[in-house]
Amino acid sequence: MVMLKVEHLSKKFKDTEVLKDISLEVAQGEVVAVIGPSGSGKSTLLRCLNQFEQITGGKVNICGDDMIVGQGKNGVIYAPKPVLKKIRLHVGMVFQNFNLFPHLSVLKNITEAPIRVLKKPKEQAQQEARALLKKVGLESKENAYPCELSGGQQQRVSIARALALNPKILFFDEPTSALDPELTGEILKIIQELAKEGRTMVVVTHEMSFARDVADRVIFMDGGYIVEEGRPEDVINHPQKERTRAFLERFTSLRSMAEPQD
Amino acid sequence: MDWQQIGNWFVMFLSGCGVALEIFVITLVCAIPLGVLLSFGRRSKYKVISWPVSLYISIMRGTPLLLQLLFVYFAPRYLFGLNYDRFLAALIAFVLNYAAYFAEIFRGGIDSMEKGQYEAAAALGMSKPQTFFRIILPQVVKRVIPATANEVITLVKDTSLAYALSVEELFFMANRQTSANGVITPLIIAGVYYYFFNLLLSILFRFIEKKLNYYK
Ligand SMILES: Nc1ncnc2c1ncn2[C@@H]1O[C@H](COP(=O)(O)OP(=O)(O)O)[C@@H](O)[C@H]1O
Ligand SMILES: [Mg+2]
Repeated sequence: MVMLKVEHLSKKFKDTEVLKDISLEVAQGEVVAVIGPSGSGKSTLLRCLNQFEQITGGKVNICGDDMIVGQGKNGVIYAPKPVLKKIRLHVGMVFQNFNLFPHLSVLKNITEAPIRVLKKPKEQAQQEARALLKKVGLESKENAYPCELSGGQQQRVSIARALALNPKILFFDEPTSALDPELTGEILKIIQELAKEGRTMVVVTHEMSFARDVADRVIFMDGGYIVEEGRPEDVINHPQKERTRAFLERFTSLRSMAEPQD
Repeated sequence: MDWQQIGNWFVMFLSGCGVALEIFVITLVCAIPLGVLLSFGRRSKYKVISWPVSLYISIMRGTPLLLQLLFVYFAPRYLFGLNYDRFLAALIAFVLNYAAYFAEIFRGGIDSMEKGQYEAAAALGMSKPQTFFRIILPQVVKRVIPATANEVITLVKDTSLAYALSVEELFFMANRQTSANGVITPLIIAGVYYYFFNLLLSILFRFIEKKLNYYK
C-alpha cells in the first residue's frame, strides 16, 4: 500500500522555486532517508507535506487521501478542512529542535493531543503515554519538564509525543542535528527500532551510516530536485550522478576531518 | 510635630485611597482584556484592522495621560455641550490609555513565541483555539509578567493624575490639606500610602514570577 505519493510537487517562495518537480512514493513499512546539502529543500519538502507551507503546484496523497484537489493560479487548491485534518492525524512529525511544550510536563506533552484532539479518556491517554515513555527509555521522567532534560531525552519525548497519535507515517527533520554527537546514537537507535516494527518513515538526515543501515531507500536532493534515489548501497556507495558523488565526497572528507584521530 | 494631626490625616486619606484603589482595580479589570483584544487587532493580517489599531496605540502612547484625561472629560463638553461624571471620565481615560500599553506588551509576548510551538501543535492536530489557549497563552503570560508588573506599578502612581479632574482620590485630598495647612506632611503621608501599596504589589509579582519559574 502506498502511504505517501507526491507528484510533480513544486514550491516557490515569492519568485524563487525551492522545490522543483518532486515526485516520490513511500510504501507501507518503508523507511526513506532524504539526504542532500543544506538549502537543497529537504525541510521545505517535509514542511509542505505537513501543511506548514503553501504548495505551489503538484499533487500529494497521504494514506489514500488527496491533500490537493486542484490547481489555482498562484498555488494548489487544498482539500476541505476535515480532509486536511484527517491527513494531519495520519502524519507524525519530529522536529530538529524538538519543539516540546516547555510549560507542560513530559507526560502532559505526550497526552495533550490524545486528550484534546482524539478525545481519549485521560487515564487511557496517560497509560499509553507511560508505555511510550518506557519504549523510549524515559519512564522515570514523566513529571520532569523539558528544560530539565538533555537534548537527547527531549528528542525522545518528542518522538513519544508523535507516536501517541499513532500516525501512519512519521516524518523526521534532522532529528539528531541539534544534539551533541554522543547523543545522536540513542535517537537513531529508537528510529531503527521503529523501523523494525514496520513503521513508515521519511527521515531527513546527515547520518550516512544511519541512512545506509536503516533506510530501505535513499533520496538525494540538491537544488530543489531529487537528483538520485535508490537502495542505500547504490546511492551512497555507488552514486550514479556527479552531484551525488560530489556531495558524498565532501561529506566523507568533512566527517573524517571532524573525527578524532586515534 | 502634631502626631494627633498626622494620625487624623492618615485616617482621613483612607477614603482617597479607596477612590484610588477603585480607579486602579477598574482600570486593570477593563484595560487588560481590552489590551488583549487590541494586541490581536494589532497583529491582524487585515490592514483595515491592524492599521487603525496601530494608530490608536501610537496616539495613546505618544500623548500625555494628563492631556487624555482632560480631553475625555472636556471634549464632549466643548464639542457637544455634554456634561458627565468626572470619575467616569477618569476611568475611561485610564482604561483607554492603559489598554494601549498592555496591548503592546501582549503583542510583544505573542510575537516572541517561536514558530515551532505553533507548528508542533498543528502537527499534533490541535485546532487554532486549542493551540492558543493551551500552548501559546500560558507561555505568553509568563513572558509578559515582568513588563505587566511595571505597568501596574506605574498605574498606582498614575491614579493621582485624576486630581486634574477634581476626582477626590488620595493625591487630591493630600494636596488640598497641604495647601490649606501650609505643611508638607499630608503629601508625605500620601507618598507613604502609594509606596506601601506598590511594595505589596511588587512582592505579589515576585511571588507570581517565582510560581511560574517551574520551567524555563
Ligand atoms: N520561509 C522561507 N522563505 C523564503 N525562502 C525560504 C524559506 N524557507 C526556506 N527557504 C529557502 O528554501 C531553500 C531550501 O531550504 P530548506 O528546505 O530549509 O533546505 P534544507 O532543509 O535542505 O537545508 C533555501 O534556499 C532556503 O533559503
Ligand atoms: Mg533543513
